[in-house]
Amino acid sequence: MPESIVTILDITIGGLLLGGIYALIAMGLSLQYGVARVLNIAHGEFIMIGAFGTLTLYTVVGINPLICLAIIGPIIFVIGYLLQRTLFTSLRVKAPNPGAYEASSLLATFGLMFIIQNIALIAWGADYQAYSYLNFGVNIGGAIFSANKLVILGFSIGIGLAFYIFLARTRIGKGIRAAAQDPATASLMGVNINRVLALCFGFGAAMAGLAGVLYSMRIPLNPAMGLQYTVIAIIVIVLGGLGSIPGAFIGGLILGIIGEVVTYFDPSLSLAAYYFIFMLLLLVRPKGIFGK
Amino acid sequence: MDITRFKSKKFYIPGIITLIIFVGLATLPLFGSFYNVILVTTLLMYSILTVSWVLFSGLTGYMSLATAAFFGIGIYASALLLPTKGQVLPVLVVVFIGGLASSIIALGVGALTLRLRGIYFAIFTFGLVVLIMELLNWWELSVNKILGRYVMLVDNNFIFYTMLGIFVLVMLTFFFIRRSKFGLAMRSIGENEEAASHIGINVTMVKVVSFAISSFFMGAAGAIWATKLTYINAHVAFSVLFSFLPVLMAIFGGMGNIYGPVIGAFIFAYLQETLQTKFSEIYMLIFGVVLVLAILYMPDGFTGLIQKVWRRISGGKRVHT
Repeated sequence: MPESIVTILDITIGGLLLGGIYALIAMGLSLQYGVARVLNIAHGEFIMIGAFGTLTLYTVVGINPLICLAIIGPIIFVIGYLLQRTLFTSLRVKAPNPGAYEASSLLATFGLMFIIQNIALIAWGADYQAYSYLNFGVNIGGAIFSANKLVILGFSIGIGLAFYIFLARTRIGKGIRAAAQDPATASLMGVNINRVLALCFGFGAAMAGLAGVLYSMRIPLNPAMGLQYTVIAIIVIVLGGLGSIPGAFIGGLILGIIGEVVTYFDPSLSLAAYYFIFMLLLLVRPKGIFGK
Repeated sequence: MDITRFKSKKFYIPGIITLIIFVGLATLPLFGSFYNVILVTTLLMYSILTVSWVLFSGLTGYMSLATAAFFGIGIYASALLLPTKGQVLPVLVVVFIGGLASSIIALGVGALTLRLRGIYFAIFTFGLVVLIMELLNWWELSVNKILGRYVMLVDNNFIFYTMLGIFVLVMLTFFFIRRSKFGLAMRSIGENEEAASHIGINVTMVKVVSFAISSFFMGAAGAIWATKLTYINAHVAFSVLFSFLPVLMAIFGGMGNIYGPVIGAFIFAYLQETLQTKFSEIYMLIFGVVLVLAILYMPDGFTGLIQKVWRRISGGKRVHT
């Protein structure tokens, strides 16, 4: 195969991989912000917890990182569920109006970010750590890809689609979508709003955790790594339209590919490119690609 | 937001307290230790950022996260104009230029973006900080081939008094804008922008000008802060924390009155500084817990809590209007 096509294929796979991770993270945040109205600054911390949890389970206990998905996902779901049930419900009840709730919950997640980061710092130390899993080349039509890249790509897109089908097809998913449109009316129609919001926050955190489990195979981990992913997730959900789950998914993939293309030419400019495209889009179409 | 005007009999006590605090601050280098002067300089810096943030965002309701951008522009103005060798301009002139440069950029950014509302404006301004930081970092590394820049060493007391001067200026500006017609226009934009424009307020002009005024102080504070840092790079100058902390401090202190943001900034920054030096291992944990508890139990900020307690003590004679 000619060199240029291999390069293009490499960038595409890399972009989809990055995009798949971004999509998972952004779908999680989209649930938390779009439905539960919590702009969760601590979102990235759940990625970090998921990644470090996998590192420990794999290197100390010897559990396969892919099995960690089934262990860490539910644990983080429960943490998120309980957080919404206790902290954020209490804030929601106290707030005089939705705007005040958004402000106070934003601040609370800030505090949460500091707490989680510090606990991780005590547990895992400040140094960068990494592990190696499925780190061998796979030949696809002449181009060599590392196996974990393909596994991450498959799993992240699979989880994203499965979650979308869950929202679109199941009864709980319907409740969540109803609550996203109008919480007050949804609760009049018999949707248990506190439970739905807690589910949303739990699922949102779990998506971040799963993204962390997957991505930990490729990147070095550090307790301070979370915030950059929170920021990327915020960009993606604005790009895709606030509250739109398919928007978050597709927006994540687009941003991943853009990032990989820019990184190919000049790695130090990839973040700047994200923001540039993002700000341009915001000026031209503030409602996002899929916004109504 | 609380729209209480100063009544003449209510004016004396806060006036005298303010005067005492000001005299205490102005004479601090005479009796305070070296460490205390540096600490108070830091507290003043955060107060300037918080008050100038409230000056724009608190009144108009547009949540700006561009504080770090204007602060960073001030820092870079200082780094370019006050190198370690070959100083041309006096420090105070550079501080003024730092503020002016921030204001001019704020005029441009404001004219371009203030039609965005709510969360979109907040995220755009946040993006601005990171965009400038990344581009500047790239420029310094690949064009100028340097990692960072050194800034001239300036006497500590001089930094302190400059910071105090900017602080007094921003407080006076805030005080008079709140009482002026211009402040009233800003507040009506915060309440209902469409109604404001219907009663004849030039909303675009008011928003852009107030955005520029508030960023002047951020830039000036950045310019003098750079001489305290002495070594800077893009990541230090445009740290996103300087965008978030003023918001946290303002809400922590309470935005219902003119003292709230200052009290919030002082307590918050003091807590941060002391926790960082005394409990460096678990400082973020304590900080986070305090933050969460504060939000749960002081929804109107610190000054709101004080007012509530005061009302309870005085037996409900002062009815909250």
